[in-house]
Parts: sequence; C-alpha cells; structure tokens
Amino acid sequence: MMNIVVLAKLVPDLVEELTIDASGAALDLTFARWIINELFDDHAIEQGILLKERSGGTVTVIAPDLEGADDVLFTAAAKGADRLIKVRSDFSAANNHAVARAFSAIIKGFQPDLILTGVQAHNDLDGSAGPLLAESLGLPYVGYVSGVALADGKFMVKKEYPGGLIAEMEVTLPAVFGIQAAEQPPRYVAVSKVRQAMKTSSIEEMDASDLDLSGAPEIERMFQPEAAAHAEMLEGTPEEVSAKLVALFKELGVL
Amino acid sequence: MNATEVAERSFEAKVLEAVPDGERLRLCLECGNCSGICPFGYLMLYPPSRMIAMMRADRINKVLETDTIWMCVSCYACTAVCPSKIPVTPGLMTSIKEELLLVGNVPAELQNALANSQRYGNPLGESPRKRADWTMGIQPEVKVMAKHKQPVDVLWFVGDYASYHPRVQSATKALARVLNALGVDFGILGAEENSDGDSQRLAGERGLFEMLAEKNGRAFSKYQFNKIITSDPHAYNALKNEYPALGISYPLQHYTEFLAERIDQIKLLLKRQISARVTYHDPCYLGRANGVFDPPRELLCAIPGVELAEMTHNHSNSLCCGGGGGGMWLDGFQWEKAHVRLSDWRVREAINTGAEVLAVACPYEPPRFEDAAKTMPGADKLKVRDIAELLAEAMDV
Amino acid sequence: MSQDIYVVIEHLRGQVADISYTMLAAARELSRATSGKVIAVLLGHNAKNLARDFAADQVLYLDHASLAEFTSDAYQKALAELISKDQPRAVLFGNTSIGADVASVLSMRLGLPLVNSCRSFTSEAKFISQICGGKIMAEGELPSPTALVTMVPGGYQPDQGKSVESPPVTESAVPALEALRVTLSKYIEPESADVDISKEPLLIAVGRGIQNKDNIELADALAQAIGGVVCASRPVIDQGWLPTSRLVGKSGKHVKPKIYFAMGISGAPEHVEAITQSDTIIAVNTDPRAPIFNVAKYGVEMDIFELVETLTETVKQAK
Repeated sequence: MMNIVVLAKLVPDLVEELTIDASGAALDLTFARWIINELFDDHAIEQGILLKERSGGTVTVIAPDLEGADDVLFTAAAKGADRLIKVRSDFSAANNHAVARAFSAIIKGFQPDLILTGVQAHNDLDGSAGPLLAESLGLPYVGYVSGVALADGKFMVKKEYPGGLIAEMEVTLPAVFGIQAAEQPPRYVAVSKVRQAMKTSSIEEMDASDLDLSGAPEIERMFQPEAAAHAEMLEGTPEEVSAKLVALFKELGVL
Repeated sequence: MNATEVAERSFEAKVLEAVPDGERLRLCLECGNCSGICPFGYLMLYPPSRMIAMMRADRINKVLETDTIWMCVSCYACTAVCPSKIPVTPGLMTSIKEELLLVGNVPAELQNALANSQRYGNPLGESPRKRADWTMGIQPEVKVMAKHKQPVDVLWFVGDYASYHPRVQSATKALARVLNALGVDFGILGAEENSDGDSQRLAGERGLFEMLAEKNGRAFSKYQFNKIITSDPHAYNALKNEYPALGISYPLQHYTEFLAERIDQIKLLLKRQISARVTYHDPCYLGRANGVFDPPRELLCAIPGVELAEMTHNHSNSLCCGGGGGGMWLDGFQWEKAHVRLSDWRVREAINTGAEVLAVACPYEPPRFEDAAKTMPGADKLKVRDIAELLAEAMDV
Repeated sequence: MSQDIYVVIEHLRGQVADISYTMLAAARELSRATSGKVIAVLLGHNAKNLARDFAADQVLYLDHASLAEFTSDAYQKALAELISKDQPRAVLFGNTSIGADVASVLSMRLGLPLVNSCRSFTSEAKFISQICGGKIMAEGELPSPTALVTMVPGGYQPDQGKSVESPPVTESAVPALEALRVTLSKYIEPESADVDISKEPLLIAVGRGIQNKDNIELADALAQAIGGVVCASRPVIDQGWLPTSRLVGKSGKHVKPKIYFAMGISGAPEHVEAITQSDTIIAVNTDPRAPIFNVAKYGVEMDIFELVETLTETVKQAK
C-alpha cells in the first residue's frame, strides 16, 4: 500500500493581464485568479491517481490555502484522491523556499513513500518547489519525470531530456518526483462528480509554521518585455533578407 | 461496481427520465431513419437505431467502449425524421454522452472546452473581464448593466463566440449598430454573462450546464428589463427550453425575431442596395429545433437588391454546420475520423445556388463556413455574412 | 570566498549541451562585473576531452565512475562539496532537466540563495529573470555570498561561449559517492514515430501560399538545413500534403517553439490562436496587411518562392 502525497501548487492565471504593483518590484495580485499549476501539478495529481489505481495505496493532495484551493482539492477527490489538506498561511506573497519548508514540516508527519509535484511553475523565481521540498525532507529528487513504476522495492522513473531521449532512473523509497507529464493526460471529471465530492469528502485544514522566506533573491524591479504591435519588417533583395534572417536565427540561438 | 456498471444499470431509466416524452424510446420501430439521416451516421459504430437495439439487448456497455458517438453534432436531424417521435437528440444522444463523460471517455479537445467553461465561463478560455471588450468604439455606448444600474427595455444575451471570436465580433458590432439605429434601449451583462451552457449540456456536461445557468440566472435577477434577445441560437435554445426548468424564465427572442417585428421601421433605414444573390443557412437550433424559419428570411428580403435563393436542404431539412452538440470543440477529432467536414458540404450547396452571399444567423457559422470556403473550388467569390452585418451595411451604420 | 563564476557544464552521452556554452558566455559578462574568473566545472568519467572548446579561464574536472552520466544525487553531492570549499561568487546551472534537479537542492542544502530562470546579466552584475511565461521580467542584485543561478537560453549566443584554445584543466577532488539513492538504469531512445510538433523548438510552417504538394519539398529542405520541422495550417493538411500530426491550428496542435517561421500563412484566428505561445514568430507573406504580421515579431513582405531557396542556401553556408 503506497502512501502517495501530491503537492498541488496554485499560480496566478496568465489568462488575465498581469500588472506590476506600486512598488514596481512585484506583481499586483489584487485581482489574480489562483488556479492549479495546470501544465504540471495537474499531471502530478493524475500520476498519483494512476499509481494508486495500478498498485493500490492512498493519495493525499495538499495545497496552500489560496482562493481556488477548494476547487483544486474537490476536483482531485472526484478523480480519486483520498485525503484533502489545505495549509493555512499567507501564501500569496510566499516564495518556493518558504512553501517547501512549511509543507515539509507537515508532510513529514504523513510518512509518505512518494511525493509528487509539478516539475515547475511559471512563477518559480527562487527555484522549483519539488527539489526544495525534497531537500527539506532529506529525500532524493528526480525532476522532468513522465512515468513512475514501483518494482522490487524501488521506483523506476522515466526522466525526459530534450529531443525525446529518456533516462530510466532507479530511486530508493521514499522519494520526491517533479512531474513533467503523467503517463496519460489528466482525466476530465464531470462537474456533477465534483459537486458530489463537495458533499461526500471534506478538506482538513492545517496551520503552517511561520514562513521562512530566506533563500530567494530580492527583486528590485519588474517590467514587461516590449511587445511588438506589428512585425518589424525586414527589407531588401532575397539575398539580403536571407542574410538578415540567418543573423536572426543565430541571435535567437537556433543556428 | 465500477462506473461502467453503474452507467449500464441505470442508462435506460436515465434516458426515459431525461426528457418529458422519454418513454417514447420504447416505440422505436428500428426503421433506421435516424441513422440514415445522421450526417455522420455512416461513421458511428452505434448510430441511434443500433444504440436503441443495444439498449434493448442490455448491452449498452459495449457502446460506452466506443468513441464514435462523439461524431454526433446534436443537429436534431434524427429527431425530426423519427416516425415514432422519439426525442433522439435531447434524450438518447445527450444521455449517452453524459455516460461517456462519467466514464471519462472524452476526446481531449472537448475536455479543454469544458474545463475552460468551468473556469472562465466561456469555452474559448478567454478572460471573463474581457467579455465586453468588443463594445469599444460603438456609439452610443453599449450599456453594461453593472455600470448602467438603470432598467433597460431589452437585455441582450450576447453569447460566447459573439463576444470573443474576432470574426464573429464584427457581426456582434453590426447588431449593436443596428439596435442603436433603431433606438432600442438595450444593455448587456458584460463580465457577468456566462456561457449559456447549451452545447456543453448536449456534449454530456449537464452539471456544468446547470452551474452556468445558475450563474446567468443570478445575473438576470439583479437587473430590470422587459425581455431578453440573443444573437446565439444555442443560447436561445437554452433560455427557451432548458432554463425555465431551473426557475429561470424570461420573455425571449432571437435577434432575427426581434428585428423582424420592426421590419417597417427597418425598411425606412435601408438606404443602400446590396445587389446580390443571397442564400440563407438555417441554424439547427433556430430552425429545426425551435421553428424560427421566417424572420431571418423576411429581414433578408427587405434589403433592396437582395435576391433570396434556397439551398437544396433548407428549413427543417437544413444541414448542420458541424458546430453543435460539442462539434465546435471536436473539429480535430471529427476530422481524424471523417476526413470531411459538414461545413464543406454546406458551402458546396451554397455555391450550387449561384449565390454570392451565404447569410447566417448563428455565431458558430462565420468562422466555420469561411474556413470551408477557403479550400472549396468555386467558393472564391462566396461571402459569408451574418444577417446583422448585411442589415448594418444596407443601413450604412 | 572568491569572485569567480562557476559554470556547471551539462552533457549527455558525450555531447555537451548548448546551454553550457550559453552559460559560459553569460559567465564571461558576469565575471567582468565581479572581476573574477570564469571556471567551467565538468563532472564525468574519462571525459576530460569534452573541455576542449570551453571559453573559460580554467576547467575544474571532477572524475568519478558515478559521474559518468548525469544523476541528481551524485551531482548534488559532488557539487555541494566543491561549492562549500571554493565559495565562488556565483554558480550557473541550466534551467534544464539536469540543472534544475541540482540547483534548488543545493540552495536548500547549503543555505545559499537561488535565482531561477535567469536570461541575462547587466553590466552591474544584476540578474534579469523571465517569469510568467515570458510576460514579466524580474531584475535584482546578484545575491550573496554565493548565488546559485539557473539560466534559460535566449540572452547569449552559445558561440560566444566557445573558444578555439583549450583552457587549462585542473582535476578537483571528488567526495565519496556512496549510498547513492538515484542511479541511471538505462537510456531509452526516442520513438521513431512522427515528430510531436508541440514539442519542437523550431517550426517551419507552410500555408496555402505553398500552392502545391511538390513545394512542400522546398520547405522541407529549409527545415533540414536549419534543423527544424515542417508543419502547416489547415488548407495544406486538407489537401493531404502533410499528415494530420503536422497540423497547427484550431483543429490541430497548439505549439510553442522558440521560432515559428510562417511561410505563406495569412494568420486567420483559427491558426493564430495556436501559435501565440511561440517565443518568436517570423512571417513571410506577399500581403503586407496579412494579420500574421500583427502577431509576428519579424516580417518579410515577399513571395515565399522568391525567398525560400536563397534562404536555404544561406543557412547551409552559415553552418
């Protein structure tokens, strides 16, 4: 019976326009919509549930108490998660070092065999949560994982490298993996099932110890890279344009 | 007991309860008309008549293992021809899609649209805050109810594609200008408007539909207005036939009905000729499902210079554009299976009428038909125009 | 404590990854501001020869059988010891499957600050990181005492990190790498099935402007020369000129390459919605008002047939 814990992070939704606050050094999150880090943490939840379905065990999903956390947790329950935990603290201004320390203190108590989280998030300014959490717990970490299996008391994980090359790594238990992609795309759960989960499952709330923010760089200013409203036109003969394009390819690092 | 078994045990009961005349399912003659008229029936492993046979044989679980039901575009063609008057589309096909959704047999593209509808209130995944962005530059300004805070005569339920899709926005703006020219006192919900949810419901997501309907219902109840008009036949269908059961009921018109009532006033404003042969595509959810055939044609015929030509399939026999019942979010899936698009078929019929303009009245259609026309031989001169766009042009507004 | 900039070289199966050279170029810029040296750190086994073209003042080489190929545990142990001992001003890692497995762990283990997703450094030794899918840049002082930094490509050319002269190589002590919790079992080669265009970094996209099937070869030749993959908008796929797996658009795949090179694509919304996450869009079209130019960063108003063969030749010569 594998004891699986999934850390589901929430990130500001990039569908909304991002603005920088009055300090000029942080995002204005007043109107942010917090959603699951869907490209990766959604896959971590799916991978956890796939493992449970294949090998038995329990899946605990743990998320920071931000607006939107209940949705994430109940959706996970509708997919098959057994235990839902919301960790209370002021996470909107926290960094990943603080999140990792706060969550490791709680997760340690669960004595998990396996901890999954998304390999990265778009607001990882001080490193990604997975390896930070692994080290806080003193556990081994492998990231960019796209497959996990348990064999002979060890994990066999598939780790992705560029160009489609995959390394199969053998890892001792317990371990933390940063999920790049679940073995199959995250399943869709009907709203009716989520609504049912809201009635049949409950969210446990736990308090985080004081957030220790050390380890992150100090930001002096944030800015938006200039967006081209219209393409910069390259003029000239085919030969001249080709030369300009080749220079551009080099500048962009593809030649 | 796994989900498939749950589904199997209760499926017939669910269909019988799904719609008021669900029990007519028992009257199936196995004539096969439904499967024959279905535009994708030839690709479905279990088209409607075979599905009913499987249900009678207590083997519906076999059906749930297949994915060709996702070819169904909820166009009501089967329902219209059934001699036993079985509610095939709203009862059988919608229920089976609900079962497929519960067992997780859902193409990824569709999942995406459903997830977007949950999170953003629109299947396109656009920011709800930008729902009224299309109104920029329209004069007099389009009233957004939350800001206007006064009663209006008409609440315009704009709809998803009409609000967000860059091509369809031009039709939306045209309608706003036409309403302004007529002096209509209207407002919109803007960010408070959610997807009507009808296509999501027909794609099997009943729970999502109810969630969206409740949100719209709450928004309606905040404001004072005399009636709702909508540009979207899918919203029209939801508001007319589905919302009342959830306790959300208001006088409702499609914009073509609303304008046709003002035809005399409109005629005085139509100062420009549009000399063209025009053919009109009946949207499934305006025509076949809800019987609105004449108002769009009256409006077209009122435009000086317009010569209306009917396609082979017209009125209740109209062909689907392929966007209904979730088809709008299954383009890739359906293309893989069929290597043909329903919009191609429709555009070919339009070309055969010799028309220069294919007139439409549903926001799903301009992008679908224009896309089909791109590669269709002989379609280079065919223009796809919403009726509102033609009216605005003829009014010179 | 030194002002040196360490660069952790990334390599797999005897191939040094481009990001290593990008980092060497970044380190050179940073070292000017800190007045330190650029030190390439190479971990491997019988791999000293990999160091021949590093634009570095020195190479520290750590040799151990357990470092032959990358594994997180062994790299973390070896580098933790080295960094604690040498205390350089900064250590650069790739924000990659290799570097990201190591940098965060070392930050927590050694209590050193970490800057993630750094794209470039300013002449005052400030870092500029890109976050929020490239929509926001964040700038700050390089943290002290030793800054661990993961780098993304784009700020420097890999070529600037290459040198014709081999730098001096010094062997550095490797701690006992025992009781490793992560070990490499084997490599699995990529499947030879058709490419996944949503994962390709360089896409040559063709639209209706390509006119006929035979012309796909022109696009293919360019793609081969530059190391990219050909994909297409719907009219091309509809004609059966390319498989559906190459379709970009509403009914096809959404892509996010570094470069999306659009040839003869007008830029209908159905297509554009699927390419907006590309880092850089370059468009070639005869129509100056084609909407593709509103989303492209660079544009060329030209018939693709006038350009494509010349461009292919120019690319070949430049390699």
